[in-house]
Amino acid sequence: MALERLFRRKRPSGGNRDVPELWTKCEACGAQIYKKEFQENLHVCPKCGHHHRLPAQERVAMLADPGTFQETTRLRPLDPLGFVDTKPYVERLKAYQAETGRPDAILGGTCQIGGVPAVLLVMDYAFAGGSMGSVVGEEIARGAERAAEEGRALVIVAASGGARMQEAALSLMQMAKTVMTLDRVWARRLPYVSVLTDPTTGGVTASFAALADVILAEPGALIGFAGPRVIRQTIRQELPEGFQRSEFLLKHGMVDRVTDRRRLKEELVRVLRHLHPGVAYAPGV
Amino acid sequence: MPLEFEKPILELERRIAELKETAKATGVDLEAEIRLLEERLARLRKETYENLTPWQRVQLARAPGRPTTLDVLEKAFQDFIELHGDRAFADDPAIVGGLAYLEGEKVVVVGHQKGRDTKENLQRNFGMPHPEGYRKAMRLMDLADRFGYPFLTFVDTPGAYPGVSAEERGQAWVIAQSIQRMSRLRVPAVTVILGEGGSGGALAIAVANRVLILENAWYSVISPESCAAILWRDAKEAPKAAEALKLTAKDLLQLKVVDAIVPEPEGGAHKDPDRAIRNIKEALLKALEELKGLSPEALYEDRYRRFRSLGAFAEP
Repeated sequence: MALERLFRRKRPSGGNRDVPELWTKCEACGAQIYKKEFQENLHVCPKCGHHHRLPAQERVAMLADPGTFQETTRLRPLDPLGFVDTKPYVERLKAYQAETGRPDAILGGTCQIGGVPAVLLVMDYAFAGGSMGSVVGEEIARGAERAAEEGRALVIVAASGGARMQEAALSLMQMAKTVMTLDRVWARRLPYVSVLTDPTTGGVTASFAALADVILAEPGALIGFAGPRVIRQTIRQELPEGFQRSEFLLKHGMVDRVTDRRRLKEELVRVLRHLHPGVAYAPGV
Repeated sequence: MPLEFEKPILELERRIAELKETAKATGVDLEAEIRLLEERLARLRKETYENLTPWQRVQLARAPGRPTTLDVLEKAFQDFIELHGDRAFADDPAIVGGLAYLEGEKVVVVGHQKGRDTKENLQRNFGMPHPEGYRKAMRLMDLADRFGYPFLTFVDTPGAYPGVSAEERGQAWVIAQSIQRMSRLRVPAVTVILGEGGSGGALAIAVANRVLILENAWYSVISPESCAAILWRDAKEAPKAAEALKLTAKDLLQLKVVDAIVPEPEGGAHKDPDRAIRNIKEALLKALEELKGLSPEALYEDRYRRFRSLGAFAEP
């Protein structure tokens, strides 16, 4: 599990003090990018193409048709185990809530995507490393059930270090819960598309995220079961170049396509139109 | 090999044995002293084993000599035929499975398999499966469904193997698929957590109608050592992590993650494996009895409802 990444949270983008406010710096190539250009380019570096992490609300904005998104996620987390490590879980939750303005690590709702009715769920890496506890699990389960009831496609954008440690076994159970509710979507013959972004690891990859009809991955995203640090400790040697990156997974047959974020909406719409039984022949966008 | 917290008990046992030896050799009457020490020993045992900390239980769950899947299959079942291979890549010795009878009833069984000595442990990768292990498990789930036989699993793994080969062959994907395949069974499914229930690697074969757990087994999203390494930045804080994770049988029963606890002999299942296995068999038969008469669809719905209801959150 790549939960260790949870505590090495980087700001999703920019914010470097060395450069003036109007500019941001690419995490990969160091290029100075005009902030407005960076945002218009969906946080992809125009120089080297590096995909920076995209805040959840911007992800919704780039995928949902304008003016169609109705948020449904509003459940609040509890502390069922009274978990305390170096800090109480409740305090960590409060800090994440203050930082993100969200009750937990998921933002979702109903919308149209290229005119196809959909339930769109976006995991928020900025909240506890996008980790899945009871709230994330329940919101995904409800999202799948809503998609089935209302005849909508299901689209989940994953960005997560895995299951949330502070809810322990209950987090683990969310893996089974989310997987099972996908059956409702299957039974109604509705499409489920999973978009894997940097990073997607642990109990999220090993549950709903891996079971979509079509799996798209953003370039260069870290995707896997165990985190690289855990694997390095286990095998005591360096990992091969590009290991667990999207392109590696494509080569090994685990994802359908590696899609540049700047073409993601277009590809998603094409896939949804192909799959959704309610949409007639509709080539292109 | 005694565990650290059992050393005072062993020390007392040794002293009693010494006294008895002396009494026998010298003919001196030490009856009273011996009786006193024996009473103290009984109290000490009771105190120790009735107040086990979560970390002590984790140690018992890993104790050598604890019954493994194959031990249970040998002693609680009849005519077990092991079936091998995933029909795609390899046979994974970290997961065993096959056909068996339980009190004359046909069943399909799958379980993690740890080694019973160092050599076997290496061969079985310490019970940490690769993707082919889960594919074998899914193949046996298909078999159970096709013939309508109950599907039983035994969980005992530190976790799915975190290595390059496993990642290359889609560890996350097969775990997800195995969870899905098991959740879709149209036959009664019962899981017993024998020792370690390490995360997704355990859950992949634990999506049952009834999940039972041995008294000293643990089941959680992460091992106490890994949790401590991340949250306390020091694996040595594992005892604290074990406490915080609420990974003991009692805690899990309260959280409804498990449905029943299978009692162990005093001091752990390894102290009297035969008795532990008799308890496991009894618990399995009881769970199967409860599921008798449910239709294939009702069994699916029962499992769906069981897992659908797990979690703790607040409505706005």
